[in-house]
Amino acid sequence: MALQAIAFYLLAAVTIAAGFGVVSARNPVHSVLFLILAFFSAAGLFVLMGAEFLAMLLVVVYVGAVAVLFLFVVMMLDVDFTALRQGFARSMPLGAAVAGILAFEMVAVSAVVANRGAGGTSEGPLAATPDAPNAEAIGRVLYTDYVYFFQAAGLVLLVAMIGAIVLTLRHKPGVKRQVIADQVARTPASGMRVVSVKPGEGIQE
Amino acid sequence: MIIGLSHYLAVAAILFTIGVFGIFVNRKNIIVILMSIELILLAVNINFVAFSAFLHNAIGQIYAMFILTVAAAEAAVGLAILVTFFRNRGDIAVDDASVMKG
Repeated sequence: MALQAIAFYLLAAVTIAAGFGVVSARNPVHSVLFLILAFFSAAGLFVLMGAEFLAMLLVVVYVGAVAVLFLFVVMMLDVDFTALRQGFARSMPLGAAVAGILAFEMVAVSAVVANRGAGGTSEGPLAATPDAPNAEAIGRVLYTDYVYFFQAAGLVLLVAMIGAIVLTLRHKPGVKRQVIADQVARTPASGMRVVSVKPGEGIQE
Repeated sequence: MIIGLSHYLAVAAILFTIGVFGIFVNRKNIIVILMSIELILLAVNINFVAFSAFLHNAIGQIYAMFILTVAAAEAAVGLAILVTFFRNRGDIAVDDASVMKG
């Protein structure tokens, strides 16, 4: 149990420190790297809670896809980021005050809720159903009761993919492109013509 | 020293607050705002998984998965809009974003 406590405090401290690094780093590339660290340590917290499948999902989806997407965009856009940091010090006191009050309220409420027995009667976190592995437990619910939501999530991803492609696709003028329909519709009649060439003159035009 | 539900909820609350704080202090830098939103969604996910683990109910993890899906879609579309905005304006200062209206 002591080992679990040490792991929890270590992972929680790293998660929160990395989260603070995300919002306070001067260089956005560092922000993205802090974001990756935060996701990794949050995945560790998930493992500690017995949610291994979601932990792996967090690493694969967030670190593998979303964070790399952020990294690409940050490095691709040639932006003067020092100009964007104007007003950081000016909005700092208000932000810190709001954040402090919000944190105090939420921690207090969560402590009260947990002490009233919202966490059940169990001593510690366990896998959702102790007789089945975590992935199996999720699959049993996801593919039966929540199958329509699962399909809807797929639809959301499809729409997001199409939206991102439509937003970023552009046709540069002056670039030759292949038009399959034109190629298929081409017939011998439109593709060639017979010219009568006089001897010694060649073809003009 | 037993790590209970309140410990995980406290971590999630602090992470959520850091996200809100990030939106406050980086009002001009939309990339950091998007990253702060990701932090907030991560905090929500930690809450869902904590309740799921301590109540022995897998449904919380299912919801966390759906949040993950929506967060990924949001990041993709948000960054696509950002790239388009940068192409048209040559800058990503959000103060000028009101030119996008109608």
